[in-house]
Amino acid sequence: MPSSPFAPRSGPRVDVAPFRLSGTVVAALLNHRRSLDALGDAVHAAPYRGAPKAVVLAMKPRGALVLPGEPLLADDDAGELEVAAALGVVIGRTACAVAEADALAHVAGYLVVADATVPHASHFRPQIRAMARDGSCALGAAVVARGDVGDPDALTLRTFVDGRLLATTSTADHLRSTARLIAEISDFMTLAPGDVLLTGSAPGAPRVHAGARVAVEIEGVGRLETQVAREERSAA
Amino acid sequence: MRRARVAYSGAIHEATPAAGDAIRLADGRVVAESDVVWLPPFEVGTVIALGLNYADHAKELSFQAQEEPLVFLKGPATLLGHRGATRRPADATFMHYECELAVVIGKPARRVARADAMAHVAGYTIANDYAVRDYLENWYRPNLRVKSRDAATVLGPWLVDADEVEAPPQRALRTFVNGRQTQSGHTRDLVFDIAFLIEYLSAFMTLAPGDVILTGTPEGVVDVLVGDDVACEIEGLGRLVNRIVGDDVYGRSGRDASEDQRRTVA
Repeated sequence: MPSSPFAPRSGPRVDVAPFRLSGTVVAALLNHRRSLDALGDAVHAAPYRGAPKAVVLAMKPRGALVLPGEPLLADDDAGELEVAAALGVVIGRTACAVAEADALAHVAGYLVVADATVPHASHFRPQIRAMARDGSCALGAAVVARGDVGDPDALTLRTFVDGRLLATTSTADHLRSTARLIAEISDFMTLAPGDVLLTGSAPGAPRVHAGARVAVEIEGVGRLETQVAREERSAA
Repeated sequence: MRRARVAYSGAIHEATPAAGDAIRLADGRVVAESDVVWLPPFEVGTVIALGLNYADHAKELSFQAQEEPLVFLKGPATLLGHRGATRRPADATFMHYECELAVVIGKPARRVARADAMAHVAGYTIANDYAVRDYLENWYRPNLRVKSRDAATVLGPWLVDADEVEAPPQRALRTFVNGRQTQSGHTRDLVFDIAFLIEYLSAFMTLAPGDVILTGTPEGVVDVLVGDDVACEIEGLGRLVNRIVGDDVYGRSGRDASEDQRRTVA
């Protein structure tokens, strides 16, 4: 066996000053008011048969994470990518079955995230081929302490492509607040220090191809700049 | 070779089988297997799980098999070792085990062709991939509230090296609840086999050492209740034992946060 599975984890070192992230990133899906509106009456038809009741989530695997200074990756299979701005909540204290009123006390701080997915029409099945790709989830370079950000549910997010402002969204338009998300998630899934929770993104995010320069700004949290690079086809 | 990770006398150890019910720690001590705390048998990276990957199970759940595999990812808090306890929430009416062959990646796999795929496998273990069906909804189904619950993905007892197992593994699976057999299947009946899955996944996500693919479960899933002992066996790989416990052990009332949410948002 060439590589012992008992060796230390080979995942990315995720040093985002002044914290070390765990590498676990979980994203809340369909948490923007417009997410379901965009589907219209289809929400009530098969296969969905009604709006979701519980929080809907997806994990980002280690290979999806793009660290500061690295590019988002596109390839010919993926084609066009949607790049959505998201607020990343960095957990500071182990959160298990926390009450909504106590939830924000478990947050260390916030960072800017640019989450690139392959546009997909169906929300029925998990979509890891669209949402868990290598090099698809860019994390900002710094975590801003919770006390320096204010209300995480009243932040404006701006997405720029090649210098042009193409999308402006707000965490105020989320169905579940940051505290509500932490309470509901931690009821069944413990969040650990260094875990990152993406609290949601608006549907219809700007579409980009390889070569695009992408910037995401969140007021009070910072600015993330990256590029979309064409991924090499060679096998490892 | 087969190896476990156990906690014993204040430290975590690699362990190998010894005679009878004993295990041998890497430092030479031989101890009873019931005297250690069993952990997942390797340091687990990304947990990749398959749904509906046995034609009989898909039929049992009234689904047609997919043209593309149904794959979802789980978080690290769901992992649990052999002989551990899994919580059944008080409001659940149908919580079931899923006995699965778990494939552990041994070397990085990126855009690997099917013919080369098995060379990326370090070994195999048994998974019991619990689900609470009450929480199924038709959005990114099955979602994490169903499938990535704390301590609800049991792995072990042993990581069995790939060179001890035929490729692909041709092994019978069985589950016993309180000693009564409730599930029976065979890995030859996988809809998407291991080599296909490695090729498929590695086309868009690099698989790293320690990543694990839970290949799905055959028919025969039944409700398990607080106090039940659940044992998942795969021929030649071992017997993975687990117990169901109630909310009371965790100081919970049994009504979870989503109940409030149903009234206030949806």
